[in-house]
Amino acid sequence: MIRIIDYGLGNILAFQNMYKRMNVEVGIARSPADFSDATKLILPGVGAFDHAMELLDASGMRAPLDELVLGKRVPVLGICVGMQILARSSEEGSAPGLGWIDARVQAFASLGQSDLLLPHMGWNDVTPVNETPLFRELETDARFYFLHSFYFHCERPADVAAVASYGIDFSTAVASGNIYGVQFHPEKSHHFGARLLKNFAEL
Amino acid sequence: MLRPRITPCLLIHNGGLVKTVRFAEPKYVGDPINAVKIFNEKEADELIVLDIDATVTGAEPNFRLIAQFAAECRMPLCYGGGVRTAEQAKRIIGLGVEKVAISSAALADPQLIPKIAEGVGRQSVVVVLDVKRRAAGGYEVWTHNGRKNTGLVAEEAARTAAAAGAGEIVVNSIDHDGVMKGYDLTLAAAIRAAVRVPITILGGAGSLADIEKLLGVCGVIGAAAGSLFVFKGPYRAVLISYPAPAQKETVIRAALQR
Repeated sequence: MIRIIDYGLGNILAFQNMYKRMNVEVGIARSPADFSDATKLILPGVGAFDHAMELLDASGMRAPLDELVLGKRVPVLGICVGMQILARSSEEGSAPGLGWIDARVQAFASLGQSDLLLPHMGWNDVTPVNETPLFRELETDARFYFLHSFYFHCERPADVAAVASYGIDFSTAVASGNIYGVQFHPEKSHHFGARLLKNFAEL
Repeated sequence: MLRPRITPCLLIHNGGLVKTVRFAEPKYVGDPINAVKIFNEKEADELIVLDIDATVTGAEPNFRLIAQFAAECRMPLCYGGGVRTAEQAKRIIGLGVEKVAISSAALADPQLIPKIAEGVGRQSVVVVLDVKRRAAGGYEVWTHNGRKNTGLVAEEAARTAAAAGAGEIVVNSIDHDGVMKGYDLTLAAAIRAAVRVPITILGGAGSLADIEKLLGVCGVIGAAAGSLFVFKGPYRAVLISYPAPAQKETVIRAALQR
């Protein structure tokens, strides 16, 4: 089943409710024991980068997660800050990220565009770039809800699954082997988000 | 391209959903969770829920109700009402709410804003300014459901909040609340010019044409409304509604001339 990782951040229940509505088997993981039946993982997150890493470290799930994702290649989908911590580092904090994807998280503010309202808040277009099952059967005008001040920058272009435009074209979705991430909130993006979560479930 | 947000704003009073006129005469309009379900079906851009009792009674935020909202809500949710500490804000975000709104506590102590932002990220910190026109001109910020005047000038308060780390400023016009004759466009333009963070304007929308006018003046911002989305017709019959995608597209295109 899909296990949603509950390390104290993000909208666990919203993901659970969405999957229940789709009749997809879903459960919450609060400790390593909960991973025994995990065939897929959702790594949610809102808030600050360092706070997310602190909580994940303190949860006792970090090492088993490394083993599941890097060793057993269980598909994982990071959401918002849950995506950002897939990277090596973030301009937002000093804690190292999980480093599962060769990427850095950068500040929109560092772009130096004075007319860019920050944070990036609201519904924006998402354009898939490399072939990825995440965006299968999504409308060409698919849009998603964003709420962030920092953006994901992939070192390897092949890892970029989709881009969005806000001051810069940034990696709004990543796909690197079994590791996926989206900057926006599919759990809060109505039928567009539901489709994407269904696509992840059907991988 | 980033789109303007059209946002229903729900007021909670005695556990029920109400709508006020100029911050008074709360009229019961139904069950809040039921309203959330309807806005889910209508695919509303986001939702603001404000508990209008909490600050006045000095009560803690109703975490149980917030958890219910967060679990039910399939659109982004901003919750406000009675939030006074960074701990409370963290707990609310932890329940799965995207944005937490603060008002009187942040106006009394702007240092609360960075304290909250440190834990939840500044993108999730919303400062709500309840604003009333001054007889002598200009706008002042009020708290406690429009009963206490802070004496702060609205634009100044917006700038202070943004500088302290607010991720969004929601400006609620007390004079226009529930009147449904259009937003205070002068106020909206002044706030838009004052800060470089996203803003949402609330108070006065009576039609989609009013939203179009607001977006025409302010561009890509949030246009929030209460009465427009909970009442229908001149007798204010309760009927929860929200524009269809095509209607929304027409309003946005006309306003932004895209």
